[in-house]
Amino acid sequence: MIWESWQAFWAMGGYGLYVWGSFGVTLLCVVAEVGLLRRHRLQVWRRLKRMKSWDIQ
Amino acid sequence: MLKFLFTVIRRDVLLAARRRGDWLTAQFFFVMVVSMFPLGIGPEPGMLRTIGPGVVWVAALLASLLSLDRLFADDYRDGTLEQMLLSPSPIALLTLGKAIAHWIINGIPLLLIAPLLGIQFNLPIEALWMLVLSLAIGTPILSLLGSIGAALTLGLRGGGALVTLLIMPLYVPALIFGAGAVEGVLSGTGSEAHLSLLGAFLMMSLLLAPWVSAMALKVSVE
Amino acid sequence: MNLYHYASPSTFYPLAGKLVPWFAALAFILTIAGLYIGFFVAPTDFQQGEGYRIIFIHVPAAWMSMFIYVVMAFWSAIGLAWNTRLSFVMARALAPTGAMFTFVALWTGAFWGKPMWGAWWVWDARLTSELILLFLYVGVMALQAAIDDPRRADRAGALLNLVGVINVPIIYFSVKWWNTLHQGSSVSLTRAPSMAQTMLWGMLIMALAAWMYTIAVALVRARTLVLERERQTEWVRVQLEGQP
Repeated sequence: MIWESWQAFWAMGGYGLYVWGSFGVTLLCVVAEVGLLRRHRLQVWRRLKRMKSWDIQ
Repeated sequence: MLKFLFTVIRRDVLLAARRRGDWLTAQFFFVMVVSMFPLGIGPEPGMLRTIGPGVVWVAALLASLLSLDRLFADDYRDGTLEQMLLSPSPIALLTLGKAIAHWIINGIPLLLIAPLLGIQFNLPIEALWMLVLSLAIGTPILSLLGSIGAALTLGLRGGGALVTLLIMPLYVPALIFGAGAVEGVLSGTGSEAHLSLLGAFLMMSLLLAPWVSAMALKVSVE
Repeated sequence: MNLYHYASPSTFYPLAGKLVPWFAALAFILTIAGLYIGFFVAPTDFQQGEGYRIIFIHVPAAWMSMFIYVVMAFWSAIGLAWNTRLSFVMARALAPTGAMFTFVALWTGAFWGKPMWGAWWVWDARLTSELILLFLYVGVMALQAAIDDPRRADRAGALLNLVGVINVPIIYFSVKWWNTLHQGSSVSLTRAPSMAQTMLWGMLIMALAAWMYTIAVALVRARTLVLERERQTEWVRVQLEGQP
């Protein structure tokens, strides 16, 4: 599939909103999931480390 | 064993008879929910006839689910449930008995009220019969599947809403077949297939639900 | 290799930690490959123009949403049968990702349907079943979130998951039937464009990418869960000395 130009690529034959709306939201979901996951892991880590330092687990 | 089953059923029905308030609330809820729809959508008779079966079915679903979270909760709170779990009889009989009692208390009144509501939606007499018949097969399914939800959510905050959230997706086939049966009468395309499938779903629920519900009770009470 | 060795949290944790970067890398590479095929190799569709390219996300997401639910049920069954803590952890770790893919399938389904069939939401059999699947995922997660005792939460969620998985074929059948009764022969989203080879390859590679991603994410989530549950043990205390 050879695109004539970058504009043609972004326009997606008129379906640009739908195609990029789909891929965009998917990317957002993936980024959000990974971000939330990392944040949760760090929160748990910090909390457990704090509890360990008090030595009441 | 049968004696145990009947004892469970009799006990629940007697208890409900003494606390008529709860039971009446669920029935009025059924009537009110159904009445909301024409108020929200408009009273045009043809349109009401189209949505009637679905609306009555969904309302019956909600009314049943409303009363489900108390299925085991009252007994759990005063310790009776733990005693019943210690009995030598299989726990699946306990859950089956409770589901049957729930149907007697909540399902049968729905069957009696449904035709009146169907009239509000301009359903012809054949459709009213089918409505009652389909609900007669469908409401036991609801009590059976609901017992699983009630057992899983025993003692949790969130109560009725949580049980509803869990059970509604599982209940979709019954809704489709049940409301579909009534629509089959309205459109003249026949209802045998719908009723057979609904009946099959009931059989499956009867065989599996008490047993799964018993497992769920054990998980919740331990 | 003794598999039971890895059923213990203390051996699972470091192993999973080593595997995560590999699966993440695979996911990344496969995504690039899949997107390349999807945008630069697969031709324009005869009927649907460029809009059809959404299938490179929609179909893999739908596949994953169903696949993950079944894998969750597998771990739930193992957990209930053999009482292995780690099995329940895996089931719990997979749920959010499964729900995410279900949402993506629904969103991309809507975005695909709007230009093709004129409506943002079409009550066709596949989309409606995906919606109910989303409810099933949410139900399991809500139930587990509502229970404080982790053991009860594990087992209750596992049971609900198994009940759901048995029901899914019945639900799908009933929805499909409902759909044909009410829509007759109108077009439905289930009729995908006739597949050029490249299109199929694109979808398969994206599905594989999604699978690798799921494994990576689930392993990370599982590690965090294990850390929290085993916080009283010596090996966790040792782990906490290092870096997260």
